[in-house]
Order: sequence, then C-alpha cells, then structure tokens
Amino acid sequence: MAELNHIAILPILVPMAAVIANLLLGNLRPISRVRLNLAFSVVLLLVSILLLVVLARSDGHLAAVYPLGNWPVPFGIVLVVDRLAAVMVLVTSILSLAALLYASARWHSRGSNFFPLFHALTMGLNGAFLTGDLFNLFVFFELLLAASYGLTLHGGGRNQVKAALHYIAINLVASFLFLIGVALIYATTGTLNMADIARAVPLIAPDDRGLFDAGAAVLGVAFLIKAGSWPLHFWLPRTYSSAAPPVAALFAVMTKVGFYAILRLWTLIFANASGPELAFGQNVLLVLGLATIAYGSIGALSSKALDRLASYLILVSAGTLLLAVGYNAPGVTSGALYYVVAATLAAGALFLLKDVIDQILPAEAQVLAVSLEIYGDEEEAPDDSDEVSRTLPGAATLVSWCFAIAALIMAGLPPLSGFVSKFAMISAALGAGPTAATWWFIAALIGSGFLVLVAMVRNGINIFWTSLPDSDVPRVRTAEIVPIVVLLALCVLLALAAGPAMAFFAETAAFIHSPQGYVDVVLPQGTTP
Amino acid sequence: MELILAAAIGVLVASGVYLILRPRTFQVIIGLSLISYAVNLFILAMGRLRMDAAPILDGANANPVDYVDPVPQALVLTAIVIGFAMTALFLVVLLAARGLTGNDHVDGKLD
Repeated sequence: MAELNHIAILPILVPMAAVIANLLLGNLRPISRVRLNLAFSVVLLLVSILLLVVLARSDGHLAAVYPLGNWPVPFGIVLVVDRLAAVMVLVTSILSLAALLYASARWHSRGSNFFPLFHALTMGLNGAFLTGDLFNLFVFFELLLAASYGLTLHGGGRNQVKAALHYIAINLVASFLFLIGVALIYATTGTLNMADIARAVPLIAPDDRGLFDAGAAVLGVAFLIKAGSWPLHFWLPRTYSSAAPPVAALFAVMTKVGFYAILRLWTLIFANASGPELAFGQNVLLVLGLATIAYGSIGALSSKALDRLASYLILVSAGTLLLAVGYNAPGVTSGALYYVVAATLAAGALFLLKDVIDQILPAEAQVLAVSLEIYGDEEEAPDDSDEVSRTLPGAATLVSWCFAIAALIMAGLPPLSGFVSKFAMISAALGAGPTAATWWFIAALIGSGFLVLVAMVRNGINIFWTSLPDSDVPRVRTAEIVPIVVLLALCVLLALAAGPAMAFFAETAAFIHSPQGYVDVVLPQGTTP
Repeated sequence: MELILAAAIGVLVASGVYLILRPRTFQVIIGLSLISYAVNLFILAMGRLRMDAAPILDGANANPVDYVDPVPQALVLTAIVIGFAMTALFLVVLLAARGLTGNDHVDGKLD
C-alpha cells in the first residue's frame, strides 16, 4: 500500500509543524494567529479523514506499516496504522478542531502559549495511537503529558495549580512504572516492537515467564492510571473539572489513550493465548471495570456542578471500556469502539457546554440551584404561571437542546448513539453464550445508564428550569456554540449511520482479536530475525 | 556486583516511595528524583550486567558476544532526559503552588 505510506506520519507532522510555526511566529497579530492555528487543525482533520478513507478503501489490507527512517522492521521504530488507530486519530482530530475553535473565542488569551501546547498535546495523542513500538509509545505519552501539564495550568488560579500538582505527581509515578514494565518486557523478549513481542512471547523460557508477566502487569498499572481506572483515578475529577473548558474537552480523549494501549497490547499479547480459561489479567480488567463504573455513576449522582458531573461521566465511560476490553469478545469490542467515538465526542461537547451555560446563566441563578438542594424548595411554590408560558430566548433553547442530546448519549437512551453502542455490546455479550460475567456486564451497563440519566436530568432541571433574568437576553458567541452543535451532530449522525458504522467497527474488532494478522503485517514472513 | 546493584535500586526505590508519601512538596520531588535514578539503573540492569564491554560494535566482523546490549543504554539516555525535563517542570509548578497557597503542603492546606 504505497500510497498510504506517507500519509501515516502526517497526523504527527502536521501538529508538529503547527507547534514550530507558533513558536516562530510568536509576535503575529492575535487574529491572524487564531486563523493560522485553525488552519493547521483543519489540515490535520483532512489528513485524518484521508488516512481513514485510504485504509477503509483498500480491500485485503487492514493495516499499513510506516518504518521511520526506513530501518528494517524489528530494529527500527515503526508506525502501524490499522483501523483502530485511524479511528482514534480521527476522533482526536475532530475533538481538537472543535476545542480549538471554541478556545479561539476567548480562552486562548487567558494564559501564554496556549496554541503550541494544544498542538503538542494533539501530536502526542496521535503519535501514541499510531506507534508500533513500546518505547516510542512511552515517548509519545511523555510528550502528551508534558503538554497536558502546561494546559492544566492554562489560565490558572489556585485550584488549578493544586489540581495540577497532584496530576503531575501521579503521572510521573505512572511514567516510572511504564519504564519498569518496558524494561522487564525488553529483558525477557529482547525486543520493543509490539508485533515482535507478540511473536516472541510463546518462545519465552518458562523460568522467565513470571518476569514477563510481572513486566506486563506493571505496564498495565501504568496504563490503568492513564485510563482513569478505579482505584487509580482520584486525580481525574479534580484535574478535569478545574482545567479550562477547551482543555478539558481535549482531555476527554486522553483517558482513551490508556484504554487504547490496553486494548492493543492485551489483545495482541495475552487475550488469544488461552483457550476456554481466563486470559492473563482478564479478571482484573473485569473487576476494575465494574468498580470504575460503580464509582463513576455514584460520583455523577453526587456532583452538583456540571464540570464535576462531566468528569465523573469520563470515569463511567472509562469503566465501560475497561469492562468491554476485559470481556474479550470481538462483538463486544466492536460495540465498545462505537461507544468510544460517541462517548468521547459527547463528553467533549459537555465540557464546552458547561462553559456556555456559565455565561448564559447569571451566577446567582446557579447559586440558587445549588442552595435549593441544601435547603429544600418549599418557597418555590408553583404559582408563577407566567414563567411556564414564557418563550425561552433562542440561545438558551439551543443550549438546552444540546444538553438534552448529550444526556441521552451519555445515559445510553434510544434513539441516539449511546443506546446503539450499549445495545450492540449487550447483544454481542448475550450472543456469545452468557456466563456469570455477562450478567454483571449487562447490569453494570444498564445500571450506570440509569444513574447517569438521573444525574443528568437533575442537573438539567437545576440549570434550565430556573428563572432566567428578564433584563438581559443571553447571548452565545457563534465560535463557541458551533463546535458543540457540530460534535453532537456527529454523534447523531453516528446513530443515523449505525449500520455501516457497526459493520466497519465489527471488521476492526475482528482484526484486533486476530493478532496474527497484525504480526504478519508488521513482520512479513521471511523478515523475522 | 548484582547484589550491590540490586541493593542500590531497592534502597533508592524505598527512600523514594517514603518521600513521595510525605506531605511537603519538596520531599515529593526528591522522592520522584530518587525513583527516577532507581528506574534508570533498573533499565540498565535489564540489558544484563557486563563489566568492561563496550556497547558500540567495532569493525565489520565483530563478535556480538564481546559487547554489551546497546538498546538499554539508549533507553536510559532517553529516560534520563525525559525524567529531567519532567522534574524541572514539576519544580516550576511546585514554586507556583508555593506562591499561590502560601505554604508547601501538597494539598495547599493552611495549617
């Protein structure tokens, strides 16, 4: 697939060029600077679409390899583009364009160096999705983390610095665990190429097998920290809810990097090695997934502010994804891939929406909503009939519709994409022969959906059914509402095109669950050392 | 030599973990530095310990048995650079937190 080859590196090169351009053109006029950065993001989106289209069009080729510097494969670093990586890159590009457009209205000027850090984060995310080398994955992780440290502090106040302190400390520890895991895996397999590791695992001497498993487990802990799995997630709600809204929106895809790394490595190395018995770590993934869903749902119920609610929804989706990976069935994985796209876009939209609501609603209305919960609502007698019949201003109507759509997607209610993904996961789990895990799985998906629905509806009532001020009509900036509408429209579109999308994800999942295909693409027969 | 190296890594990690769990930000950063030293030594040890062997092949017909594995050394180099940069970045955040909260408690408490 020669035509694909150089497209594969572009999702990394375009943001890198954007970072360099921002540093070189530091004293550009603000308006042209915003345009420049938006142009870079649009180019990145086009490149990602092109990558996915080229990959989807080429029959028989489910993945392509890009050897960096054209070194022979197990020795040099490779980028591997399969459909999973291409989809994740596309989701990142969509979300980063939306967040950048949103930030271009106000947020980029709240601190210094917003744009270069933002593009560096995008570059790290894309690199982490594309790389086929374990140590290169570490480097891209560090790149995205370094950028995210800067972005958490963007427009910073006291709370942000306190949250960032915890966030950085946790992630530094996670990075060291990552290194220990990589070193152990290198010591036992003698390679860092993911496909080569999968090939070498059956050849490990029985004495070294325990060492390899320990390395994989340590690496897994590092990924679980990034993925926001219970009990390693306590940094997440605080960091996400104190970050600037466009930054938090892009962070919605950051926990998915942990999910992606677990899905890729675990299915490649462990999931198919065993027969009927549980694969290495499978029960851990299932239990942690369940615990994360439970914690996230209860946290969502307990949160009064919309930004905290959105952070807990990130945890719920992280738990759902871990549970789906741990289930280890192609049908469930394909539903999970559909879910990851819908949930990431909707969560990003929700973080942005929270900021718009903050602008529309006066601070006192929100204080009232919170104090209502504490003091009860006896004085709020239903006698103000003029309130009911009053037409809401257009902007508020649009915002409340967006909120309702996001709530439907997050809770997994029909007819939107959240429902389609959960239905696909549950029907695949039932179709593959129900076990005890199946019933836990179904109960967790449906129960979390119910709790999320309650939390979202309660927040929606608090936000939108308060009396709006009559004096000033709420206004919303076009640059701020457009990204939200587009993100949610994409989710709706995903639900409308559920047939073709599910077929695509089913093929993707089948490829993920047959690791020999991945190994054969990266290491063609005859080149194995 | 194995014993000394293993003991060194163990002591570094133990001290590092103890310091990370302390309440003051400066202790946390020293703990993180100690762990990063231990991790670097650990990566080096994973390439098998060899005395008096160079990592770079010399000449076309060199025997790989005479050389030490160069990959962990390259990995350590990268890990050192990244760890150093991250520690420096953390130090800046630490100073910002000290300035904004007025003390050096990890939770920014006023006691």
